[in-house]
Amino acid sequence: MRHIPLKNDTKEIRLFESRVLVTIILGATLIIALITRLSYLEIVRHHYYAGLAQNNRISPIPIPPARGLILDRNGVVLAEDFPVFTLQVVPDRVSNMGQLLAKLKTWIAFNKEDLHDFQRRLLQHKPFQSVTLRAHLSEAEAARIAVNLTRLKGVALHARLRRYYPLGGLAVDAIGYVSRITPSEELGTQAARYFGYRHIGQLGVERSYQKELMGRIGFKDVEMNAQGRAVKILKRILPHAGHNLYLNIDAQMQAIGEQMLNNRPGSVVALNPRTGAVLTLISSPIYDPNQFVDGIREKAYKVLATDPNGPLNDRAINGLYPPGSTIKPFYAYSALQTQWFDPHKKVLCPGYYHLPHSTHLFHCWKPLGMGRVDLKNAIEESCDVYFYHLAFEQGIERMTRYLTYFGFGHRTGIDLPGEYRGLVPTNAWIKASKRPWYPGQTIITGIGQGPLLATPLQLADAVAAIANHGVRMRPQVVRGIVNPVTHNVRYIKPFGYPAIPRHRKNSLKRLIRDMTQVVEGPHGTARGIAYGLPYKVAGKTGTAQLWSVTPNFKGKRVRADALFIAFAPVSHPRIAIAVIVEHAGFGALAAAPIARALMNFYLLGHVHARPQNQARTQVALTGIKP
Amino acid sequence: MTFFERWHLDKPLFTALLILAGVSLVVLYSASGENLRFALSDASRLLVGFVIMITIAQISPETYRRWSVPVFVAGVLGLGAVLAIGAVRFGARRWIAMGPLSIQPSEFMKLFVPMMLSWFFSRYHLPPRLWQIASATLILLVPVLLIAKEPDLGTALIVLLSGVIVLFLAGMGWRTITAVALLGLGAAPIFWAHMHHYQRQRIFVLFHPEADPLGAGYHAIQAMIAVGSGGIFGQGWLQSSQAHLHFLPDSTTDFAFAVFCQEFGLFGNLALLALYLFIVYRGLRIAFAAQDTYSRLLAGSLSILFFFDVFINMGMVAGILPVVGVPLPLLSYGGTSLIIVMAGLGVLMSIHSHRRLVN
Repeated sequence: MRHIPLKNDTKEIRLFESRVLVTIILGATLIIALITRLSYLEIVRHHYYAGLAQNNRISPIPIPPARGLILDRNGVVLAEDFPVFTLQVVPDRVSNMGQLLAKLKTWIAFNKEDLHDFQRRLLQHKPFQSVTLRAHLSEAEAARIAVNLTRLKGVALHARLRRYYPLGGLAVDAIGYVSRITPSEELGTQAARYFGYRHIGQLGVERSYQKELMGRIGFKDVEMNAQGRAVKILKRILPHAGHNLYLNIDAQMQAIGEQMLNNRPGSVVALNPRTGAVLTLISSPIYDPNQFVDGIREKAYKVLATDPNGPLNDRAINGLYPPGSTIKPFYAYSALQTQWFDPHKKVLCPGYYHLPHSTHLFHCWKPLGMGRVDLKNAIEESCDVYFYHLAFEQGIERMTRYLTYFGFGHRTGIDLPGEYRGLVPTNAWIKASKRPWYPGQTIITGIGQGPLLATPLQLADAVAAIANHGVRMRPQVVRGIVNPVTHNVRYIKPFGYPAIPRHRKNSLKRLIRDMTQVVEGPHGTARGIAYGLPYKVAGKTGTAQLWSVTPNFKGKRVRADALFIAFAPVSHPRIAIAVIVEHAGFGALAAAPIARALMNFYLLGHVHARPQNQARTQVALTGIKP
Repeated sequence: MTFFERWHLDKPLFTALLILAGVSLVVLYSASGENLRFALSDASRLLVGFVIMITIAQISPETYRRWSVPVFVAGVLGLGAVLAIGAVRFGARRWIAMGPLSIQPSEFMKLFVPMMLSWFFSRYHLPPRLWQIASATLILLVPVLLIAKEPDLGTALIVLLSGVIVLFLAGMGWRTITAVALLGLGAAPIFWAHMHHYQRQRIFVLFHPEADPLGAGYHAIQAMIAVGSGGIFGQGWLQSSQAHLHFLPDSTTDFAFAVFCQEFGLFGNLALLALYLFIVYRGLRIAFAAQDTYSRLLAGSLSILFFFDVFINMGMVAGILPVVGVPLPLLSYGGTSLIIVMAGLGVLMSIHSHRRLVN
């Protein structure tokens, strides 16, 4: 082994120096690369990364605004936001969950579902996130927890606003309800607008005026650490409460109608014929919208969804009914516009009708016939044979054209979502159906049967058009939108459709006079409601026969719905109404009294025209003392 | 005789290290979330480091030369012991528990390998012949492979680098270097195939950190956010949101530089880099002034290794190198690694101050 302690070979030193030099060059290159990279990150990309750091740091926490109130025309609250307490638990701060639950059980009566849902949420929660144990506590429960809160580590009482419908199912089909925004909710491009919101209007004005009701969300910028725990609040933008809605609906009148229907399937729509204001919009049976607000339990939903009376179906705008005899005034109107039609000409009603060169008989509702009737008698007594003749003479094209003028077969444009068009067999429809149109079909269409279908709202709007000098108004549920801060009211202007063509003077007046006979006349089909009325009513009854297609009626049983359309007072109409009671048979018996009660209430302030009966019957009917 | 001469210290180097220790306290106080106890703990560790450095500086390089082989052999035995009886932490067997202390022998090899190879080459006339290079490579590969087996790929590569530096400084021929480099390139696919999944992930996310922002790319992305948000002048001391809100992992150790970047910006970076380069410069000057091959090679390789330690950590934070667990010398809250760095610097001081006035 050679030992070279002090070897100072210049060659070796030079070699070393050259190697160090190479390393320095390499090192310098690396340093330049590093500095370039740092400069790139810190100068060029600074804004980008500063933004990311800010996003890391600050989380905007939404503060939901109070949703606008919904009030009836007199200021009765129909929907409001109500503060409720939610019991929440932060599992990461609880040392012994079993012990805590046992302790809470002494103050709160949990049911099985609460605990089951809690266990499920517990498995999904993120670190330091709170988990809901009970969505709403009663006041007593909240108080009991609040008193003991300091002793309950990891338990939080969270106050929030919950939509509440104080009158339950009253006018639910007009008001609708809110429910939780679910991940499957297809908000599309609107998704950003709903950031931070938990609820969204589902039906009725809650849906159609969602934008006005929702207000503007507030935020607090909270500094969050990587575990998602709030460190401090940096900024707060207060929410703007939603605008309040004043409805045209009269809650009391609505209640009277709903109670008279008494959960029988049916519908009532009452309008102000001059403005289109919807005074009452009933679809019976009703249901309680409150159960939908925080998510309805599956069982409860099944009960509603499978109810044969279909409470979830909004009959007023989605119920499609054959209008039956209530369609007759509109055919009469169209005939009155022609030169050839003579309303005084008498037609023999032997109880049946047949087309020329045909032996098929179309029957009148009165089997033995009515004898010789003119237009006045035909409307008053609802003679079918007269209208078979009229249909044959007018032809389907003219009939359907005038029905279209009255709004049938089209949406009325009411401010509620999901309205149906109904069906009018116009030429276009016949062509599209690709089936031959037989003359016999024209004949039965002439008494409101056949393919003809209308919603209660369309019937009310059409009869309102007769009352309003032939101008049909767009039905309007919302009267005005109120800014809760400034109290400014934005009234929604009535909107009228183009006037229905009138070629002959006094034709409308004659029609109204004839319709008045339905109630006033000695043979009027609705004369039963005329007693003691201090104002005149023009109306038309109807009994719509339907080959039932609903699955709960086996076979081809005929369903007979009772219909009544009317307006009053005849001289200055202030209310137009359409009533349908399903399976109720003759229209005058089941439907007309409901119309009478509502017209009485609206025009006189009480349900019964006869003073002596008033107090007793009204309480019995509505539970509302006069 | 001045104070520094009396204690065998290089004044400029010592001053730079003191400044760096101060910077470390400032940065770690912030990175730990203004935890004074943590800063004091860092201070005590730095103090231990300085004591070790000063102690080592008192001993002549000749002693180290004589001890090179025994310590190397002991280190290799330690590595073997780790594989046999070491404690498993975070899925790797890297530590030997010795009472309250747990020692990572692989860290020691960063010092022992340069010592061993410098000793080896100091016995011959340089440039070395091929068989000498081959022997040195074999000596080098023993600890490298043992460390890679733990597995601790990052440290293994750095130990390998420390040996390669000595080989290079000793004057390994360019043709040999080219041949080895080509061989290395050829072997890369085989190497890749033998890597662990997480190791491949780290290299992969170097190019696409966004591909897995919450997994393998998380460290890299959060570090880049910290650096980029620092800007030119930084957010100011104690203003590193990335560290305070715990978005940045390992903010007191491997990613302390990211905290520094967010708080002091590009200007701070340049100043810190200048400080580190000054230390490297002093080390190289000591190497140039060294009087024997052993000292020269050792001083040169330790200085250059120090440079690479700095570069690898900063490069990792800046996102130009994969995330390997290499702390930034002196700045990071250190354990074994700090002691090794300080010991290396102590050796440099020893070489500097034990020059003989002969020749």
